[in-house]
Amino acid sequence: MAEIEVKGGKKGSPRIDLTPMVDLGFLLITFFMFTTTMSKPKAMEIQMPYKDDKLQEEDKNKIKNDEALTLLLSKDHRVYYYNGIGDDPSNPPDVQVTYFRDKDGLRDVLINKKKTVQNLISQGVLRATDKAIVLIKPDDNSTTEDLINALDEMTINAIPVYAVVDITPVDKDFIKATEAANPQ
Amino acid sequence: MTAMCDVAFLLLTFFMLATKFKPEEPVQVVTPASTSTKQIPEGFMQITLDKNGRVFFAVDNLKAKRDIISQINDDKQLGLTPTEMQNFVNGSGVGVPFSQLKSYLALSPAQQAEYDKKAPGIPTDTTGSFESNELAYWVQTARYHVDNGKGRIAIKADGAAAYPEINKVISTLGKQKVFRFSFITDMKGVPPGTALAAERASGKSE
Repeated sequence: MAEIEVKGGKKGSPRIDLTPMVDLGFLLITFFMFTTTMSKPKAMEIQMPYKDDKLQEEDKNKIKNDEALTLLLSKDHRVYYYNGIGDDPSNPPDVQVTYFRDKDGLRDVLINKKKTVQNLISQGVLRATDKAIVLIKPDDNSTTEDLINALDEMTINAIPVYAVVDITPVDKDFIKATEAANPQ
Repeated sequence: MTAMCDVAFLLLTFFMLATKFKPEEPVQVVTPASTSTKQIPEGFMQITLDKNGRVFFAVDNLKAKRDIISQINDDKQLGLTPTEMQNFVNGSGVGVPFSQLKSYLALSPAQQAEYDKKAPGIPTDTTGSFESNELAYWVQTARYHVDNGKGRIAIKADGAAAYPEINKVISTLGKQKVFRFSFITDMKGVPPGTALAAERASGKSE
């Protein structure tokens, strides 16, 4: 039987080696530091346009062609866009393509649109209360990420009025026509 | 040595208290990032959409959960036992049609987690019909019991989920006259030089 040898005799308590305890302490600290989730996920609020089957056509808000910008979200995170609401198939708008990126992307398109609307107001074409309105129409090939990125761009560029609306067959034709005109 | 030991354990205590383990999720979802800084509303109803378009429904309110499951049990004549109802209250959320709800709730939590990997999800479409769109039924029942219809709805959608899938969820909410809801997103910095950056810099609240 081993006997514990107490050093120092009656003078005081035995000295304990603290190193393993400190090691363990730091090990646990490391563990908790890695498992802690400091940044909580955030919530992005969204207000969808009011939709009711009983709503009459003439009750709906009319958007002026000059103030509207339509974004068509499509496959491979592409964004097709054109000015106006594109309700006239016989007079197709100039559909262009852009992507979600910081430079030369969707953001510049939105900033330019805001400038254009400001100019039209100062020229007296639009009234002072008119604002840039963005219609977001995701097609079947787009993803949730595209939708959220598009909505986030609205917040980033302080677009006051925007709405997510269903894509129309006319818009789908615009996408097809643009794709056909620009084979990759 | 003693001083270092003190510091080590102080830090240890801090991290132990600060740690909040991630709540168990039925499925792995990679949420897109947004610049929003809003906190997730308390006591919310969460609709989870994974990248394959499966829909899960969860409520973050124990009392409401008990009311919801007993009403669903009565309405749909599921014949759940008290244990199965308790399993629903303790569980993190469900992603099965009503026809499979009883057998799902009879499983142990570990078996449920295993089952969720292959669960079919709650049937959903763009109509408001409770027959084909079971999510509409869940949402309506849950809204009635959570905060007297004032409960907020949060959608946790995978960024890779196709738009038609998220559209089903949004249309279902629209049919219930829910036009204001939240997407749960990761945080992303505000790009410099933009209108939002200028607004935040001027100290204006959102």
